[in-house]
Amino acid sequence: MRSRNVLTGTLLGAGSVAGTLLFRRRLARRRERVDIYFGDGSMVSLTKPDEAEPLLRRGRQILELAR
Amino acid sequence: MDAAAALERLRDISSQVRAAVIFERGGQVVGSTLADEERARRVAEEAERLLAEAERQREPTAGRGEFAQLEIALQGGSVFVVRDGDRLIAATTPPEPTVGLVFYDLKSCLRELETPVAPKKRAPAKRKPATRVKKTDAKP
Repeated sequence: MRSRNVLTGTLLGAGSVAGTLLFRRRLARRRERVDIYFGDGSMVSLTKPDEAEPLLRRGRQILELAR
Repeated sequence: MDAAAALERLRDISSQVRAAVIFERGGQVVGSTLADEERARRVAEEAERLLAEAERQREPTAGRGEFAQLEIALQGGSVFVVRDGDRLIAATTPPEPTVGLVFYDLKSCLRELETPVAPKKRAPAKRKPATRVKKTDAKP
């Protein structure tokens, strides 16, 4: 009986951890960001609001104009 | 291939691209899927400013590579700007597009602009049906 409870608890714990990871991954993908690629193969990803905001604003403007 | 044909082909091959504007460095519009020319011009202007800001983001320690492409992922959709020499294309897609595929399609669109239209192959000349001439061995 006790071992069954332990197994159920473990499964529930593992499930919730997996769910949280998936949720966080999905949330991260949906976050607004700017990815800039350069000719030498380097890439800059801007996710912090203060550095990305000027480019995000222009992006929103372009989306609005192209609608 | 001219800009209109390249954009037409882009729309055929990419279901994700909603709108696209091809322009030259400096903001001069070469072609657009937008019906309104004024809007296309403003998109090119905004993309040009984006390009300038993106180039400023290059880390000083990084190499000397010039701006190649960018993606701005927003809640309402994504904006792409791709460069090939002095020519650029700005495009919009719905949210969460297949980024690699969109970059590839946009780059191909710009490259197609450079390639001259291949001359049409000449159809093989129709051979005249041989006409048999009856030889007459008649001796005078």
